[in-house]
Amino acid sequence: MTTVPLQHLLIFSTLLFFIGLYGATTRRNMVGILISIEIMLNAVNVNFISFARMLDVSATVAQVFVIFTIVLAAATAAVGLAIVLVLYRNQKTIYTDEVELLKW
Amino acid sequence: MEFISAFGTSSLYALMGGVLITAALTVAVRNMFHAAIFLAFTLLGVAIIYFFLHAEFIAAIQILIYVGAIMTLVIFAIMLTARIQDPSVPQSNRQIIPALVLIAACAYLVVRAIVNTPWKLAVQLQETNAVELGRALMGRFVLPFELVSLVLLVALIGAIAVARSDE
Repeated sequence: MTTVPLQHLLIFSTLLFFIGLYGATTRRNMVGILISIEIMLNAVNVNFISFARMLDVSATVAQVFVIFTIVLAAATAAVGLAIVLVLYRNQKTIYTDEVELLKW
Repeated sequence: MEFISAFGTSSLYALMGGVLITAALTVAVRNMFHAAIFLAFTLLGVAIIYFFLHAEFIAAIQILIYVGAIMTLVIFAIMLTARIQDPSVPQSNRQIIPALVLIAACAYLVVRAIVNTPWKLAVQLQETNAVELGRALMGRFVLPFELVSLVLLVALIGAIAVARSDE
């Protein structure tokens, strides 16, 4: 039976989340930002699964929440990438600092 | 999933380190196509971690939806938006140093909170299976299940409506 302490898994998912947050704040490319957001959502899912395995909660309920998160992440990716495509078609750029349609 | 238990604890630590490295490469490399490939490895590594934590159904879903569907979408978007190969275009904005400082501070706070919290661990490791998940989805969580399927439908129709070209 392979187990590691719960804290190590939580620290791992914390680092994964903040790596994603770093990408989301520093990338100029909008696809890069969406990729970073997927990493952050994955870190949250790792947290849920670790809690389901080791804490005194119902494992089924925690995994059902992970299923919902994955579905919503898929919806986010679909809509976000559609917006990126239509923005590229209209503005010929997907770099966040070059899009200034809504800037005054 | 007995074969996964044959691996030792050290292999799980090695896997976690590898996932962190590929994630860091994902957010740091200049070429977006390479970033997408590293993202695929990150997602696969997370799926293997789910196997280690005896969440086999979630791991299968992770591979199917993330590595299958979302990666396809991402690579599609990268291919359709050109200028990625141009090395003169900087790929990160000028906020790297403030972002690093702030994120390091936040990560330190969260890690401290994790270490200092008294976790109420279960007496024995919990397990569940696909049958119980299906019962929960169709019984206790049937309303959120239907709602989330409606959200997914609306999002997909919305994505098509946004991305189609006006003729």
